[in-house]
Amino acid sequence: MTTTSNDILLKVTDLEVSYGNIAAIKGISLEVRQGEIVTILGSNGAGKTTTMRTISQLLKAKSGSITFNGVELTNLPAHKIVSLGISHSPEGRRVFGILTVEENLMLGAYTRKKVDPEILSWVYNLFPRLEERKAQLAGTLSGGEQQMLAIGRALMSKPSMLLLDEPSLGIAPILVKAIFAQIRKIAASGVTVLLVEQNAKVALKLANRGYVLEVGKIVFSGTSAELLGSPKIQEAYLGKKRH
Amino acid sequence: MDIFLQQLANGLTIGSMFALIALGYTMVYGVMKLINFAHGDLVAASAFVGLFIFTNLFGSGTSIFIAIAVFLLTAVVIAICGVFLERVAYRPLRTAPRLSAVVSALGASMVIQNGIMLLWGPQLKIFPDLIPQVYWDLGGVVISLIQVLIMAFSLILMIALYIFIEKTKMGTAIRASSIDQDAARLMGINVNNIIVTIFVIGTSLGAVGGLFIGLYYKGITFNMGWQYGLNAFIAAIIGGIGNIPGAMLGGMLLGLFNAFIAGYVSSTWADAFTFTLLIVILIFRPTGILGERVAEKV
Ligand SMILES: Nc1ncnc2c1ncn2[C@@H]1O[C@H](COP(=O)(O)OP(=O)(O)O)[C@@H](O)[C@H]1O
Ligand SMILES: [Mg+2]
Repeated sequence: MTTTSNDILLKVTDLEVSYGNIAAIKGISLEVRQGEIVTILGSNGAGKTTTMRTISQLLKAKSGSITFNGVELTNLPAHKIVSLGISHSPEGRRVFGILTVEENLMLGAYTRKKVDPEILSWVYNLFPRLEERKAQLAGTLSGGEQQMLAIGRALMSKPSMLLLDEPSLGIAPILVKAIFAQIRKIAASGVTVLLVEQNAKVALKLANRGYVLEVGKIVFSGTSAELLGSPKIQEAYLGKKRH
Repeated sequence: MDIFLQQLANGLTIGSMFALIALGYTMVYGVMKLINFAHGDLVAASAFVGLFIFTNLFGSGTSIFIAIAVFLLTAVVIAICGVFLERVAYRPLRTAPRLSAVVSALGASMVIQNGIMLLWGPQLKIFPDLIPQVYWDLGGVVISLIQVLIMAFSLILMIALYIFIEKTKMGTAIRASSIDQDAARLMGINVNNIIVTIFVIGTSLGAVGGLFIGLYYKGITFNMGWQYGLNAFIAAIIGGIGNIPGAMLGGMLLGLFNAFIAGYVSSTWADAFTFTLLIVILIFRPTGILGERVAEKV
């Protein structure tokens, strides 16, 4: 990871997103370079999920630009995004509950002509639980296992960038640790990661850099060390975690 | 016993037609959460289109090739109508409140019904004998060639559909889209294409159902889509709306139920009994017989 290049992979510029008349994202800019793990922190309702869904084009920007590898995304339909190399593991996991674990993984490779057996065995290696339960309906998995499935499914398209929206949400702390260890491995294999978290402590442990989002605006950005060192961040996002 | 076996054969025939038509309701509902009220009218239109194609292209005379040609051409015409219907009546309302789409569906139903009346008139028409009238008397139970063909082809079509939905990549994408459209888009699935596919399959099966109705009952009317559509819709609900095997099962059950009511009680009471059955099933299984899966997905 010492050879992080300076190529900007994802660039968000002056992005504004609204729900009807209500502005949720009020002009944010951020960038993610090839090979980085970048986190967006913020409390509930700050606009993290809105940002991720707009990158994936599930939501349309009101103004601003989002480029990936220099390609403008904002005028593309959502289903075209994954084949560009961006894979999104959404908030709340959104696995296909009445399909099997294996069918969920196959859908992750939907845009590929054939399922790459190497990727499948890599995913099963990262999350052996999924292989054990491949014939089981995804809806019968525990929350943590569903999160593994959501991440595994997102990897099946062989993305160059992974968007992770609150992978720690509603999951037992032990499993959070296990999942974050695997995210580190995924990043080490060359996948760039944009991670959204409320759980600043685990996110900053993993990320190289971070942005702090408050009611639709970026109020702070810096390296993880800078964020961890900032008294304001400590108070607002790490405070209650200091036992 | 003779009545029982006779009504069993009749019930399986009617049930096959209900099931084919019910699939159109259930598949569209599965992905779009919309009751396509115009589906029954497309089924009726199919009988008239089949009649038109036969008399204008083939004139008279029957052969297996003519029958196949009429079925294929009719299915294509009705599928095109179905895709057009989705395009003009439903797609513009994709993000509108649910009620708008329902009103649009009811409007489309009336447009198609009146369109049939305008083109072919309000009087009863006689559907041609595409299939020769051959009967077998199996010791008190009479079965026609038409009945055998209806049952056999419906079965084949339903098995084919089941395999397509359960075993192919496209089928899996259809199931995924009916569970969670946004998540499906994240997989790279073009949900618009899925919806068009659903309409093509659903209306083609409905078209076959409409031609079967013509062959079996002979008399076709511009407004018959309402009657058969309602029965098929109830069949879809009984089986669990949105559930494909459920529509097949619900169609067969309702066909058998109708036949036995007609055999042992009276066919004039068929609708009353049908609704009673619907109510009873919904009391005990509010999501239909196989509908658990629908409720589960929340
Ligand atoms: N579908 C929606 N309709 C209207 N407002 C929404 C919708 N989704 C989110 N919002 C609002 O947008 C803001 C940002 O939400 P979100 O992006 O989900 O925040 P976060 O992911 O940071 O918790 C919140 O004020 C939320 O209430
Ligand atoms: Mg969120």
